[in-house]
Amino acid sequence: MTTPRDLVGGAPRTTYTLTFDDRELPAQEGQSVAAVLWSAGIVSWRTTRNGAAPRGVFCGIGQCYDCLVTVNGRPNQRACMVQARPGDAVTTQEGTGRAALDR
Amino acid sequence: MPKRHSLDAVIIGAGVVGAACAYYAARSGLSVAVVDRGPVAGGTTGAGEGNLLVSDKGTGPELDLALLSTRLWRELSDALPADIEYEPKGGLVVAHDEPTLKALRVFADAQRTAGVRADEIAAADLTTLEPHLAPDQAGGFHYPQDAQVQPAKAAARLLEASGVPVHLGEEVTDVLRTPAGHVAGVRTTRRELLAPAVVNAAGTWGGDVARLAGSTLPVLPRRGFVLVTEPLPRMVHHKVYAADYVADVASGSAALQSSAVVEGTPSGPVLIGATRERVGFDRSLSTEALRRLAGQAAALFPFLADVEVIRAYHGFRPYLPDHLPAIGADPRVPGLHHACGHEGAGIGLAPATGALIAATLTGSAPPLDPAPFSPARDFADHDGEAA
Amino acid sequence: MPHSTADLAVVGAGPAGLAAAVTAADLGLSVTLLDAGARPGGQYYRQPAPGLGAERPQALHHDWRAFADLTRRLEAHRRRGGITYLPHHHVWAVLPSGDTGSWTVHTRADRAAEAPAPAGAAAEATGPGGETEAPAPVIARAVLLATGSYERQLPFPGWTLPGVVGAGGAQAMLKAGLVLPGRRIVVAGSGPLLLAVAASLSAAGARVPAVVEASGYGGYAAHTAALARNPAKLVEGARYGSALVRHHTRLLTRHAVVEAHGTDRVEAVTVARLDRDWRPVPGTARRIPCDAVAVGHGLVPELSLATGLGCATRTAADGTVALALTDDLRTSVPGVWSAGETGGIGGAQLALVEGALAAHAIAGAARAAGPGARTAPAAPAASGSAASAAPESLRRARARLRAFADAMGAAHRPGEGWTEWLADSADVCRCEEVTAGEIREAVTDLGARDARTVKLLTRAGMGWCQGRMCGPALAALCGVPPAPDRRPLACPVPLRRLAALPADPS
Repeated sequence: MTTPRDLVGGAPRTTYTLTFDDRELPAQEGQSVAAVLWSAGIVSWRTTRNGAAPRGVFCGIGQCYDCLVTVNGRPNQRACMVQARPGDAVTTQEGTGRAALDR
Repeated sequence: MPKRHSLDAVIIGAGVVGAACAYYAARSGLSVAVVDRGPVAGGTTGAGEGNLLVSDKGTGPELDLALLSTRLWRELSDALPADIEYEPKGGLVVAHDEPTLKALRVFADAQRTAGVRADEIAAADLTTLEPHLAPDQAGGFHYPQDAQVQPAKAAARLLEASGVPVHLGEEVTDVLRTPAGHVAGVRTTRRELLAPAVVNAAGTWGGDVARLAGSTLPVLPRRGFVLVTEPLPRMVHHKVYAADYVADVASGSAALQSSAVVEGTPSGPVLIGATRERVGFDRSLSTEALRRLAGQAAALFPFLADVEVIRAYHGFRPYLPDHLPAIGADPRVPGLHHACGHEGAGIGLAPATGALIAATLTGSAPPLDPAPFSPARDFADHDGEAA
Repeated sequence: MPHSTADLAVVGAGPAGLAAAVTAADLGLSVTLLDAGARPGGQYYRQPAPGLGAERPQALHHDWRAFADLTRRLEAHRRRGGITYLPHHHVWAVLPSGDTGSWTVHTRADRAAEAPAPAGAAAEATGPGGETEAPAPVIARAVLLATGSYERQLPFPGWTLPGVVGAGGAQAMLKAGLVLPGRRIVVAGSGPLLLAVAASLSAAGARVPAVVEASGYGGYAAHTAALARNPAKLVEGARYGSALVRHHTRLLTRHAVVEAHGTDRVEAVTVARLDRDWRPVPGTARRIPCDAVAVGHGLVPELSLATGLGCATRTAADGTVALALTDDLRTSVPGVWSAGETGGIGGAQLALVEGALAAHAIAGAARAAGPGARTAPAAPAASGSAASAAPESLRRARARLRAFADAMGAAHRPGEGWTEWLADSADVCRCEEVTAGEIREAVTDLGARDARTVKLLTRAGMGWCQGRMCGPALAALCGVPPAPDRRPLACPVPLRRLAALPADPS
């Protein structure tokens, strides 16, 4: 079965892991948070504030803000734009992602 | 051949003031129609925050109008659908130092004599009302009568509840008059609406309508900016602002003055508003306005510094040189009535304005003394602003 | 520390912005090139991060050589100091610098979307919240807006399900991160991009059971002259077509995805035939299983900065709002130019041509203003070939490519009947979760006549994306053509940044 990697060849400079909720996910240097999640077959990482509906990447270019996610405790990061880094803790974001403010 | 209708009055303007005039006129048994060149709430109403405030008004005719409106909004909140988001949340005015707090006390004492409820809140108790308020305040006052509506929705629901014909997207091209000079209706781009009375509720553009009708009204635009944050949990519970806002309203200076009114909304975003600039219809972004609004909001609520502002918008508040609206009959043109010039308080003052206009149109007793709002009053002695 | 005044600020480092920046630098102008992305190229030349170690990034691109040439020239100008390149700088407003006749470009910069910024780029300290210190505003005597476009979306029930992604978005994720949203991907919508996306996804290993195109390509027949003058474009189309055949992909023209099914992610779509006005034809629905959908209906010019400056707009052949530009790419605001998709969707080749053409015009205007109007001495043109010969042939190329773009735009312009597949219960505004039914109520019962009033009455378009995803649908539901968007802040800005703006001395 062909993969995107087959198409462009080569190999990542480094590979590492990050966590998504309680899972450990493999990542390749240079991938966005969204790319790491897609690689693991995960397409949603946020629930909406009214309908609690699952959401993930939609526009893929940083315009729609549907892929918002909490990275290392910082909410509302666009997963499609934010570069993943070794050791990142990515967590599913609920609603505004700002519940911690009201404490 | 344009269509002709015979009505008791034509209301020009589908903003919140026009909608309130339509609502109360219809309830008084009058046959009226509303006409607007744009959509409903297309002007200043759509750019408003929906403030229903008594706290910022010193004693005088505007406060009386606001107090009447406060009662009427409460009634309306029962009569209209819940999506107007009426929230009797109360206002909280804070003073950052003792001299300001003293000035606030004097101000509040006077307001109480007019029927305003104002409760002094000791510095230590402020965080009970607003847990996220910056801690270094001298004290403040709680105004339980201050409230909030979603302005565009309120205007649309008022119009809907009035049940009157609404002609949107139709500019009034002429105000029709009899040979004797009495108002006879309006001509729009699509029809003639015949009526012995015309109500000018055109807000910031009220001066243009007055001219069209053969009169004058020195309504001028005053630009205001509002910042909108990302959606948040309910972090701000009242309408919260710093005391220097009160001084701004009656100010005659043309320089930008602002003090942030900060409030949460049922849908999540925090609104930060209340700059006032006299710059005509300039639509460009003012970094100075952004800077002041943001700085003052963060000074009141430090958590705001780290949230994202996702939108900024402006509106043009209609003001008259003495900062009172024009409500009532224009003696220069029989049949012409004005209901405009409410500056930043149009949402709050709309129901009382509508009730006054309805009383004028039917010749019944007005709910309060309309004399201070007379469109024929002398504007000339207000530092030449009307020029 | 403020940057020194540049002759030209270019906003956007996609094909148009890159071409403009290097050409202007060739012509001796000092240029600051600002871009939200980590690397030059924009969406079209999106490339895998260097850390991914792709040996053949060109396998995901056409026209890679033109891009490689531009980046070489960018590098050379950066070393010589002719271009200051600022990646990771998202411009939130361009405003006049007082009465100086210059422009102030306000930006924000975030946690680097990429490891170390290239040498010469502004290094930024990361603040406690992860956001960086406020970048100094860029001051420039002229501005070129090359802010590109985003995808036009026409909602359908289920379009908010995870796995339903933009067609361009799927391609961008593939190009940048070497990932796919699923294994079995229906490609749907309208426009020439769909075939390219289907070809890319197939080549990368996805199964594409169908490309669902709402137009009939018969629409091209009305514009044979424009097509015949652009043979390269026809060859490109034929290549995608044969790739589809090779991958056993069905091409369903005059069809649309009218619903996506699933609970936590998409599991299937319903496809129906459309009549000439894009109205679903009853009795033609069929179900196609899939685990992802890549959907888009062409592109929309990103005009927030331009409309903030008051630049005049026009309605383009594809029905979108584009900037009204002169033949030398001036906007209606003196001192502000624009090139590429902002002037009407036209593709990368046109953007390259327009960027270079705009640079010539801007350099000419700077010369005409005379040396007294400048503080930086204009160096003689660095490379004679790019600088001198070009403008006339560029103008001819622009006319030819614009004619082609207009033909394509007209052929893929959404028909008025498409809103019939939008059930009342379907979300239209993804951010604020506003349904089609709520919007229709605002229009029919509450007096909304345009997208702005719908927004005020329903919150549709008030969320994080500020109406970029639902704007075309709101206009359609109001029965009006799209109006120019008004977004005084072109992107979100942390409140502390606004509070830290320099005070107005007056």
